[in-house]
Amino acid sequence: MRIRNYDYEIDAQASQTAAEILSLPGAPVVVFDQVRLAFDEKVVLSNISFTLISGHTKIILGASGSGKSTILKIITGLLHADGGVVWVNGERVDQLSEREMMAVRADLGMIFQEGALFDSLTVRENVGYKLYEESDMPLEHADKRVEEVLGFIGLSEYIDRMPSELSGGQRRRVAIARAMSFKPRILLYDEATTGLDPITATTVDEEIIKLRDLEHVSSIVVTHQLRDAFYIATHMAVRGPNGKVEVVRATPEKERQAEFIMLRDGEICFEGDADALRQSNDPYLRTFLS
Amino acid sequence: MLLYIQSWLKHAALEVQEYVRLVAATGRALVTPPRYGHDIVEQFDVIGVGSLTVVLLTGFFTGAALTSQTGITLDQFGGRTVVGRLVSASMIKELGPVLTALMLTGRIGSGIAAELGSMVVTDQINALRALGTDPIRKLVLPRVLAGFLMAPVLTIIADFVGIVGGWLVARFQLQVASGQYWSSVTEALYMQDVWMGIIKPFVLGFVIVTIACHVGLRTKGGTQGVGEATTIAVVAGSVAVIAVDFFATQVLIKLMY
Repeated sequence: MRIRNYDYEIDAQASQTAAEILSLPGAPVVVFDQVRLAFDEKVVLSNISFTLISGHTKIILGASGSGKSTILKIITGLLHADGGVVWVNGERVDQLSEREMMAVRADLGMIFQEGALFDSLTVRENVGYKLYEESDMPLEHADKRVEEVLGFIGLSEYIDRMPSELSGGQRRRVAIARAMSFKPRILLYDEATTGLDPITATTVDEEIIKLRDLEHVSSIVVTHQLRDAFYIATHMAVRGPNGKVEVVRATPEKERQAEFIMLRDGEICFEGDADALRQSNDPYLRTFLS
Repeated sequence: MLLYIQSWLKHAALEVQEYVRLVAATGRALVTPPRYGHDIVEQFDVIGVGSLTVVLLTGFFTGAALTSQTGITLDQFGGRTVVGRLVSASMIKELGPVLTALMLTGRIGSGIAAELGSMVVTDQINALRALGTDPIRKLVLPRVLAGFLMAPVLTIIADFVGIVGGWLVARFQLQVASGQYWSSVTEALYMQDVWMGIIKPFVLGFVIVTIACHVGLRTKGGTQGVGEATTIAVVAGSVAVIAVDFFATQVLIKLMY
């Protein structure tokens, strides 16, 4: 079955088939196959291979400078790998130009370190940026979606503030709202809780969990904060009969849908769920987890 | 020493390559959609209307100082009454375009480099790309259009205000009759001088803004990098204005005189 032919003419029939397949449970939405990248002499990624299944979470751990953020940038096309194959939602992104990547990015949301909010725009304009600037959604609908999304993360009253008036945690949450406002199927989190106090970090973790479980978003979470990584893997969001959303301990089946990847020296040295990570006897992992 | 020169040449060649790529991408963005009309209008306001004060002051005092100085020199030949000719020719052909461009380099060149550089180091440019926006279309093209089209307008304003400043000095310091001054302003002007004074600002405005955008988008290294980028934008922009003015003048003289 062809997803996309190699001279990049869009095959409407194949695209429709691909969309149907990708929307099935268990479909791969991101595939890395022997990806490698080096900056001059420094090898950042070497032979990285993994698959993200639709609706699941991949948590990428590693020391600073181990290449975690680089993986996210390769997925979004902000960086190009030196070798290997990268598939995102059925598109082979390692061969796409910047212009062709725009279509792929329509289904990808990325939360950058420190938020990367546009500091000359209000919270409303930041969250609704893609809706106002890059879509033909009517203004009223875009406003409604912005208010809905800010309500989801609990920052409705900050809608007309500037990013400089927000705390670090609030900025991260607005960044999450901006990334989810256009309903992407994949969300990428780059150190979303680094530098935050534990309470604020938990609030951000719960937003990630709610998006995954209530909006059925596939997630890749890059972090070196073990506490947040385990929290995301071992908890889930449920909507009670009264409509109220709660974050509770995950069922074993749900826990297995969150997989950990540990990077070391540009390679994957561990891949498995939270239980397997806790029980690993690898000395490097034990040092990292201690 | 040889290695240093080699490294410097490689770096210079890379900068020229990236500058040309930026200009080409801007040209493509001009003739293909999407374009961001709101941002274009905003930049016309920031670069055009926002630079009025500095251009008015620069033009006025340049014209006034020029008149004082040339009045003294012309006195030696009994030619005080033709001071208007010298002021208008100097302002319109050279001083107006160059000084306006230098003021714009300091004002908008530094601002553009700082703004874009800050966006680079805080990942806002990457965020724009991740949200499906081409930074060239959203950030560079509006600024280039505004610089290209508003530089001539501001230059004309500077020229006029400079000639007015010259009139005030001529009338009240040099005791030249107003009628004589204003008659001599137009006597010495040929159409080629006027065309030269209008065509050069287009080129200078383009050079100032494209250099500032190029330097800003290639900022590295945090807040220190932003400071360096701002300095480079002003220095490189100023040197480019002087150099491009020279070459543009030679070309226009050959074409028009």
